[in-house]
Amino acid sequence: MYDAGKIITGIIIFLVLMTSPFWLNIASGKGSYKPEIKIATEEKQCVADTDYMKAAHMDLIYEWRDQVVRNEKRIYTSSNGKTYNMSLTKTCMNCHSNKSEFCDRCHSYVGVTPYCWDCHVEPKEVVQ
Amino acid sequence: MSERFDKKPDELVQIDHKPPRKSWMDPKVEFRRGFFNYSANPKSVEYLGLPYARKWQPTDADWKLPPNWKEIILDGLRERIHRFRSLQLFMDICVRCGACADKCHYFIGSGDPKNMPVMRAELLRSVYRKEYTAAGKIMGEMAGARELTVDVLKEWFYYFFQCTECRRCSVFCPYGIDTAEITMVGRELLNLVGCDIDWITTPAANCFRTGNHLGIQPHGFKDSVEFAIDDLESIIGIKTAPSINRKGAEILFVVPSADYFGDPHYFGFLGYMALFHEIGLDYTFSSFASEGGNFGLFHSHEMMKRLNSKIYMEAKRLKVKWIIGAECGHMWRVLHQYMDTMNGPADFLEEPVSPITGTKFENAKTTKMVHIAEFTADLIKNGKLKFDPTRNDAYKVTFHDSCNPARAMGLLEEPRYVLKNVCNYFYEMPENTIKEQTFCCGSGSGLGTDENLEMRLRGGFPRGNAVKFVKDKYGVNMLCCVCAIDKATLPAVVDYWAGDVGVCALHELVGNALIMKGEKERDTDLRGEPLIGKEGGK
Amino acid sequence: MNIFLSLIAVLVLILIAWVGAGAANLQFIFGMIMPIIGLMLFLGGIVYRVIKWARAPVPFHIPTSCGQQKSLTWMQSSKLDNPSSSLGVIGRMLLEVLFFRSLFRNTKMELKNGPKLVYGSAKYLWLGALAFHWSFLIIVIRHFRFFTEPIPFFVNFMSSLDGFFQIGVPVLYLTDALIVGGLTYLFFRRVVIPQLRYISLFSDYFILFNILAIVITGILMRYFTKVDLILVKQLTLGFFSFNPVIPEGIGSIFYIHLFLVSALLTYFPASKLVHMAGVFLSPTRNLANNSRMKRHINPWNYPVKVHTYEEYEDEFRDLMKGAGLPLEKE
Repeated sequence: MYDAGKIITGIIIFLVLMTSPFWLNIASGKGSYKPEIKIATEEKQCVADTDYMKAAHMDLIYEWRDQVVRNEKRIYTSSNGKTYNMSLTKTCMNCHSNKSEFCDRCHSYVGVTPYCWDCHVEPKEVVQ
Repeated sequence: MSERFDKKPDELVQIDHKPPRKSWMDPKVEFRRGFFNYSANPKSVEYLGLPYARKWQPTDADWKLPPNWKEIILDGLRERIHRFRSLQLFMDICVRCGACADKCHYFIGSGDPKNMPVMRAELLRSVYRKEYTAAGKIMGEMAGARELTVDVLKEWFYYFFQCTECRRCSVFCPYGIDTAEITMVGRELLNLVGCDIDWITTPAANCFRTGNHLGIQPHGFKDSVEFAIDDLESIIGIKTAPSINRKGAEILFVVPSADYFGDPHYFGFLGYMALFHEIGLDYTFSSFASEGGNFGLFHSHEMMKRLNSKIYMEAKRLKVKWIIGAECGHMWRVLHQYMDTMNGPADFLEEPVSPITGTKFENAKTTKMVHIAEFTADLIKNGKLKFDPTRNDAYKVTFHDSCNPARAMGLLEEPRYVLKNVCNYFYEMPENTIKEQTFCCGSGSGLGTDENLEMRLRGGFPRGNAVKFVKDKYGVNMLCCVCAIDKATLPAVVDYWAGDVGVCALHELVGNALIMKGEKERDTDLRGEPLIGKEGGK
Repeated sequence: MNIFLSLIAVLVLILIAWVGAGAANLQFIFGMIMPIIGLMLFLGGIVYRVIKWARAPVPFHIPTSCGQQKSLTWMQSSKLDNPSSSLGVIGRMLLEVLFFRSLFRNTKMELKNGPKLVYGSAKYLWLGALAFHWSFLIIVIRHFRFFTEPIPFFVNFMSSLDGFFQIGVPVLYLTDALIVGGLTYLFFRRVVIPQLRYISLFSDYFILFNILAIVITGILMRYFTKVDLILVKQLTLGFFSFNPVIPEGIGSIFYIHLFLVSALLTYFPASKLVHMAGVFLSPTRNLANNSRMKRHINPWNYPVKVHTYEEYEDEFRDLMKGAGLPLEKE
């Protein structure tokens, strides 16, 4: 092999970068971490079914915002006919009251920084 | 021009750059008159000890290939893949982005899609894929792989002798893929089965025997130099006294043989002699190293080394301190990028120092060979020369960067600096046609002969067109260049595409303008043309 | 023809993953086995290719000089386009690898009446290539949010930068738009420019379609059909920490996305995509133009048959004597 020094250095850098997720996870020891969320509510049913909410809650909240802010519509009717006030702080956070133990856990797990709190005041945490 | 060529530029310029819709995989080529070169004379092939010397022509149906030709080529390719990282890499990494396509003077001038550098490489790459890559073996044509057949070999011959190894494509390639590397290997492979062209092999054979491509023997060389001494004396009134094969001179001066035999090179040769006389340089010619140019470069790496070896051998035998090389393009590719590696180390020479200015040529520290434009620029900068640029006032000059000094060296500003000091009227051609983007004369790499004249003129179209541009705009009437092949072939090209523009050496203009101690009042320039204001003088 | 065949090939890949992971319930194969095979072939293949190149020497010093050489001290040399030092070479390579310096020079030749050749500036290829490659890199880095726990700070920083304009929810990543634009451009120029269509092979289209399909499935998942990212991350994090888990309930589209990526990784080293590694080894770019300052060694510099001065003098001695040229042997 010619230029072995430079080429092996290059290969090592390449391999380290490409496999870095493995090493980072080994170093942090959090490879099997899974966020646990807490919901302090008596309600059995959210405004839509759970699978939909898990994957697409942002669409719903975004839709609510537009309806309220742009169309002055405040009432949401869910698929089973129940009506809700379209409000993040009053409706959603009524059940999902703990931002850090509900919203943030998953959001930081998948690296999402929603801009809800650019406008809304962050609710005071209930120290448990 | 020994061959008649009666197509008019208007006719030649009807070029369709749009390729056909059919796939390029069909290798059939038609060997049309004016587009290809004749086969090598078997005597030259034999003299050089090369294989399969025979009488054949590209237009023959049967090329009389050796029975195991395919094996020879494939073994040769395999060997070269292991020898040249460049080849292997360039076979593997092309993404066919097409940036090179319209950069080739042959494609611009002919519209033949296989003259796009990417296609030229693909001709070899398709065989490489078939033989050495998994994808090519399994998927065949779908992966761009082709079987090596006689037709493919003929196609190689046609297109690898339609590339001047000018490296313009490699400037634009995002990975620096250099078609010259591919063409050089392609030609080596063709040589393995005795398919070479005469315009390369015969000069190489001459050079091997007599030391120069033209086959000039030692006494002939001496005659040429003496003839030049007389010519120069009649113009400047000074008898210069260059020596030949003199031991103990400080400097060996190596020129391309065209400089003492060709027109307009010869006037540059007079210029060198005048310059060296004026500064009192202690130099000698060698009748054996009477060729700096190297047609071996156009043949094979091995032939390049064989022909180049005499320069260091002669420098050693004559016990000079270092070497100056004259104006020549591909000669400088070899001297700059190959000589030291092939035939060095030159540990018997000293690091070049200008005896006139004391300047150390650090850039030539190990090769110990300095380009004359570097040498002259240094003299001028140090005020060692006096010029009367008005003696060049008849000329409105533009400068053609020769491919190899530009793209395999970067000799861009030295000649310009010299030019600006020796003439009053200097105009640049458009920026996309000069410096590292310069266009080939269309006749480099051993293709500068008559039988492929149409292809040469087509290849010279971009250069000729740029000359026409400055001719129309500034009245340019002289194209200055530092390459022997340029000087030999550009007159026809420029005459065809621009008309009424001469071609000259840089040191012709230097010789014209140089004010020499003890010179007579000059009435003419080195060409014997009356100087402006002296028309009635004689 | 090649265009349709390659499109079909990519559609077949999509179908395989869709049927396999969706209908036939082979999620473990498509979620774990394929990606690990792909990753191993990718890494092993690239290393193999690089070592194969490295085993061939660079016998001659052949940089392409794209500017003034370093010669006389008072003459300004072009330190990046024609470097004479290692530092200059590093600079040249960085410009080449990060900013596609050579492609930036691109021109377009046109033959006009006169005849007159004009060379227009043609930066679109450069722009399209830059948009595509940089977007691809940023997208790969952004994906680290699924690969590691915790997420490295620069990944979140890059994501927020990428979503700077906060268009829509989830925030539109600029690179998503740029890569679609870049790929579309790269595809259309192959189809529209006759010269490009002439040189394009099946694999050229196939690679574009494959990457485009990866991008589109990614975009669909993010903006339209939605998948449960918590489940996705459990899978990817498991993959990257040797804890294979296949959570229930991830949509087929994720497996299609992953299978297309696995396919890309698999053939990457066997395709032209190795230019990613190859560009670093290109001898016309990564050598300093100092061949007269420093002797370059060719490891296979074998002796050749030369013609010596003695042979020359032997042949021409009488003629040389007659001409009065000095001789070694009288």
